[in-house]
Amino acid sequence: MAGKMPGRITRRNLVLGTGFLAISIALSDKLVGKALERFQEASNNPRWGVVIDLVEFNRLGDGMRDVVNACRAEHNIPVIEGKDRIEWIWLMRFSNVFPDSVVKGSVFAEMLVPVMCNHCRNPPCVKVCPTQATFKRRDGIVQQDYHRCIGCRYCIAACPYDARSFNWRDPRPYINPLNENYPTRTVGVVEKCNLCAERVDGGKIPVCVEASQGTFVFGDLNRLDSEISKVLKSNVFIRRKDHLGTEPKVYYLV
Amino acid sequence: MSLLHKSLLPKSPSIRTKKLGIWIALLAIVAIVGLLAYSQQLVKGLTVTGMGREIAWGLYVSNFTFLVGVAASAVILVLPYHIYRAEEFRALALIGESVAVSSVVMCILFVLVDLGRIDRIAYVVRYPNLTSVMFFDLIVLSGYLAMNAFIVGGKIFKFENPSLLKLSVYVSIPWAISIHTVTAFIYSGLIARGFWNSAILAPRFLASAFASGAAIMIILSHILGKTSPLSIDRRGTGKLSEIAAFAMVSNMFLLGVEIFTVFYSANPEEIRHFTYLLFGFGDNVYSPLWWISISAGIASTVLLITPSTRKNEIVLFLASSIVLVSIWLEKGLLLIVPAYMPSNLGLTEEYIPTPVEILITSGIWAVGLLILTALLKRVVKTLVLEEAFSPQRIKTQNRN
Repeated sequence: MAGKMPGRITRRNLVLGTGFLAISIALSDKLVGKALERFQEASNNPRWGVVIDLVEFNRLGDGMRDVVNACRAEHNIPVIEGKDRIEWIWLMRFSNVFPDSVVKGSVFAEMLVPVMCNHCRNPPCVKVCPTQATFKRRDGIVQQDYHRCIGCRYCIAACPYDARSFNWRDPRPYINPLNENYPTRTVGVVEKCNLCAERVDGGKIPVCVEASQGTFVFGDLNRLDSEISKVLKSNVFIRRKDHLGTEPKVYYLV
Repeated sequence: MSLLHKSLLPKSPSIRTKKLGIWIALLAIVAIVGLLAYSQQLVKGLTVTGMGREIAWGLYVSNFTFLVGVAASAVILVLPYHIYRAEEFRALALIGESVAVSSVVMCILFVLVDLGRIDRIAYVVRYPNLTSVMFFDLIVLSGYLAMNAFIVGGKIFKFENPSLLKLSVYVSIPWAISIHTVTAFIYSGLIARGFWNSAILAPRFLASAFASGAAIMIILSHILGKTSPLSIDRRGTGKLSEIAAFAMVSNMFLLGVEIFTVFYSANPEEIRHFTYLLFGFGDNVYSPLWWISISAGIASTVLLITPSTRKNEIVLFLASSIVLVSIWLEKGLLLIVPAYMPSNLGLTEEYIPTPVEILITSGIWAVGLLILTALLKRVVKTLVLEEAFSPQRIKTQNRN
């Protein structure tokens, strides 16, 4: 009888009520958090992006390798050849990167394109990671937590850009020289370009941008008066696999 | 009463136990070799496998996928036996549940050996990501293992609680469908891989799972009929062969639907993988394998749908073995590797499993077969005793 009376505080009602309350708080926290994130993303938070001028970049000749080497030195990326290789930013032919946007024999086909993590607005890798080891920061940088990753490589399967590398072997013997200011990784975890989050947090620009001799532009896509926004407004750009809806934040001027 | 016991119990000749001993010793050796190979992988990392920058999932994930299907297919026996009281499945249902238990254990082992940092496995529950299909897959797999272990264990160790058993059986039926559906979602939910990104993948998984599961049960009842005192109802295996036929036809149909859609619409994200798989002979080893798998599939389907061949015990055994080879390839390496080939950057690489990888894989199979052998030994004993003391049997015995 007592159990049927609504509102009466019985042990059963108390337990049920507390449970319900806990679940609703947890749910609303998650929902409100999501909404807040969207709002803040659109308002005062920066949203970092990179624009790469392909024609200018290819004029650098041997200097093109500088962006790759600068990143390698900054982030202790091991030099391994073959199937175990690790890449954060690397160069590939235009016809490989944009297979749908090129005809055979065009001047663009042989151009070299710097390829890196796109720091997607809708990152498929973040969605699939079973341990939240990869996550999107408030400023849009997609980060990898090397201490959280269990090495299941689901994110590698999920990435449409092949931007992620797995440490198939212990990377430490292949790092030279060692940068004491950035962690090395262990065998068995995934890593990728972090848009130099460690430098950006200190107010600096990514090393690849620094080494690009002005052919890369880094900046805040949320601010209409930033250089990157102005460049994007007055130029034709392409993004990798735009039709997938991942919303890359690495833009290529053609 | 004790006299009745002995006269009713079937004799178990010593040769059979000796053969069983050799079988178990053989499996134990393969399992230990696999463990040694795994220690190599633990020390050196996954570099000892054939996987790499382009093809990041290989033999382990392939076997995992195939075995989830085998585990799920227990439902084709559990459903008719427990819901429709199909008496011909009395023995087969329990054997099917034992197969499910050992397959899920193998699935979990295949996931574990594929991890780069197995020491962090607890993070999956400590920091769960509710948008990750893999998180849910681990949940449904563990739940399925628990349920089937409870059903089989209850029968063997006689702690059956009728209402709890009933509940487990009812829950395990949709749950069996869910484990293979969720496993398919791991792949089909990825926009990055056109080869998997198809809504038809989950139905295809189920069709091939039921075919391979029925085939395994036919093979097992054939072996048990030869090596154990258990006599399995012929009507049961007959029904199973029909289920295998239906499932193979559905599987072929769904595969045909997929291939038509891919090649007619010619979506570049999809067609490049299917071209690699279907017309890449000479360039890669997976294309010939695909044609072997499809020929085996067609041949076994013909043998299974033709009544005269289906009803021949030897041909049925052969057809079932061919089904297994076909599906193991199709829902294994042929499902995983082409999704990465050519890569999203148009690169091609050849994935060949290394000896270490193959030893670890066979080690896990040996562990699974050991568990299955142990379970089936108890199951056979339980079933034989049950039959010996069934009311009808005692009645006829007394009349004699």
